[in-house]
Amino acid sequence: MKIHIKNGRLIDPAGGIDAQKDVFIAAGRIVAVGSAPEGFAANRIIDATGLVVCPGLVDLSARLREPGFEYKATLESEMAAAAGGGVTSLACPPDTDPPLDEPGLVEMLKHRARHPGFAHVYPVGALTIGLAGARLTEMAELHEAGCIAFGQAHAPIVDTQVLQRALQYAATFNFPVWLQAQDPFLGKDGVAHDGEVATRLGLPGIPASAETIAIATILQLARDTGVRIHLTRISSAASLEMIIAARLSGIAATCDVSINHLHLSDADIAYFNPHAHLVPPLRAGSDREALRRGLAEGAINALCSDHTPVDDDAKQVPFGEAEPGATGLELLLPLTLKWAGEMQLPLGTALARITCDAARVLGIPAGTLAVGAAADVCLFDPHGSFEVTRESLKSQGKNTPYLGLTLPGRVRCTLIDGHVAFEGGR
Amino acid sequence: MRNPQLTKNGELQHLLTIDGLPREILTAILDTAAPFTEVAEREVKKLPLLRGKSVFNLFFENSTRTRTTFEIAAKRLSADVINLNINTSSTSKGETLLDTVDNLSAMQADMFVVRHAASGAPFLIAQHLAAMGLEHIHVINAGDGRHAHPTQGLLDMYTIRHYKRNFNDLVVAIVGDVLHSRVARSQIHALTTLGVPEVRVIGPKTLLPSEVEKLGVRVFHDMREGLKDVDVVMMLRLQNERMKGALLPSPQEFFKSYGLTADKLQCAKPDAIVMHPGPMNRGVEIDSAVADGPHAVILPQVTFGIAVRMAVMSMLAGA
Repeated sequence: MKIHIKNGRLIDPAGGIDAQKDVFIAAGRIVAVGSAPEGFAANRIIDATGLVVCPGLVDLSARLREPGFEYKATLESEMAAAAGGGVTSLACPPDTDPPLDEPGLVEMLKHRARHPGFAHVYPVGALTIGLAGARLTEMAELHEAGCIAFGQAHAPIVDTQVLQRALQYAATFNFPVWLQAQDPFLGKDGVAHDGEVATRLGLPGIPASAETIAIATILQLARDTGVRIHLTRISSAASLEMIIAARLSGIAATCDVSINHLHLSDADIAYFNPHAHLVPPLRAGSDREALRRGLAEGAINALCSDHTPVDDDAKQVPFGEAEPGATGLELLLPLTLKWAGEMQLPLGTALARITCDAARVLGIPAGTLAVGAAADVCLFDPHGSFEVTRESLKSQGKNTPYLGLTLPGRVRCTLIDGHVAFEGGR
Repeated sequence: MRNPQLTKNGELQHLLTIDGLPREILTAILDTAAPFTEVAEREVKKLPLLRGKSVFNLFFENSTRTRTTFEIAAKRLSADVINLNINTSSTSKGETLLDTVDNLSAMQADMFVVRHAASGAPFLIAQHLAAMGLEHIHVINAGDGRHAHPTQGLLDMYTIRHYKRNFNDLVVAIVGDVLHSRVARSQIHALTTLGVPEVRVIGPKTLLPSEVEKLGVRVFHDMREGLKDVDVVMMLRLQNERMKGALLPSPQEFFKSYGLTADKLQCAKPDAIVMHPGPMNRGVEIDSAVADGPHAVILPQVTFGIAVRMAVMSMLAGA
């Protein structure tokens, strides 16, 4: 299949390109950018007039809910959501049921996901067996099975010695470790940021120090062990400051933020909206501002959807009892564009955080439209819009605090390895 | 976003929290309650305002006192009252909160009086009723988690107005476990809305929620200092389980620092009143000499509570 994408505005942040250029695809790869290679006869011409042509998006956290939570979502439903959202590569956290702590489970997931039109799936393996924080998983085996990093999802390792050894072991093989920083004791029963809103609503709070204390521990152990550390979903201004300071002292830590924490604060809990129950909790407006700036400046390496489809039953309960998480694969691009617009950022800079920068964190050769790269491409209308409704969301999870809003940008076409995975949006 | 307890016309649709209610509505409730206090003194303690209406007391958390006062209030208004203690029935069979609500709605309920251990549960019910097109069913929050206990807040305001006549020159202190107290939150919102110029909270740092000063209160950790020249002392109940979570060392030490004794009460104005939402822990947050003393208005609070609940029910029912 040879495809010619013509008349589009090509934005390839990895190559610093933002120009009117055609893209030529053959055998699932980019074969030329600008003018056609000699003798190129396209089977298909995609007219991208008025559209941005950019690398397929790379999402650092998308829960596909398989295995174990098929009543919340299935690989099929979430892959349709990914393609509809322009996402062509995604990392999935290990908190499935059972958790991704055995090579067989990872192989099965990779096998199920190997399907034309499905995004490339990069599992994050469990760092400890059952995510229980006690015994190490067979990381080398899991790596061979396809895990690109190791983490604990939302389950902290309580025993610091286990954490130290897990990091040492991972460092032995130069495996990256992705950790969400949350002290297991501070804010143990908490469901919202410990501040005015939680006080007003009578919700048990989680102080920002629950995150910063855990980050301090992780950074110290990262220094000692030399492990490649990535801090996932940071939520507070203080956390970002600590990570920046650590880098100055030579710890090469990376970090990401979710689309929810980039746009929302604890005030969005409003009247106990269960869709605003997230992990980590939405924090103060000042935290959100710091995260928005940090991402713009590149101090936060990547933006992710933290896609977490939750079934209605698990959300139709009082706020604190509601299962945390929000669906997000289809909102990653619109919310990136919204942030870019509000921050007056060049489109290329904004898109870098969900393409090449995210790919760099993942350690995969994606997020670029350079000649020779896999033909993972997203075509979107920057002047279009996406109305977030239960019907418009392809994900089985309809749980999002953005429900009812109209967001900028509309994906028109998604190519994965040169296959048209999604087309439409008109 | 519209306050879910108000109709489009700004009238009271449900009573879920005092936070965000305009002063006029609070005053209207207190004014409506005044004549109801006399009903209790009649030979026939009944008014026909809620005749033919079904009031469901939905108690997902144990309570004898609050449930009883709601029951009496509804019965004095001639409503049919159905009491459900749900922690002992449906939820143990796996039924969800909203399934329970759907079932009771199908029994032609007119009003739900809800107590639940989770903050926000009555909001969830009200939103669900709206989504089901059942706006005619009113919800009264009878206490949700740490969030709100609006009828308690209102009966406390009624009591203060009864003894102090107006709100705009008072200093009021709320003492004790503010962190876990839905009563304290409702009191704070009611006092600030009604124009009390100085609301104080007094307690150890472990029992005060973060940024509580943003609710419009002054924070004191020294009780004598906090009680200086106050007109009203509102004591809070201290649950015994607070001793377990490293919040306090012992009931004795709490009593020493924050228990209301006659001696500490000397710091307040000579005509100060002492209130308590009950049930009291004598010797923990309040000394018997004060609880039974001349400043205490704790039993009148209970009496006024019935009138205030009658007022809320009759206003919601449009009677």
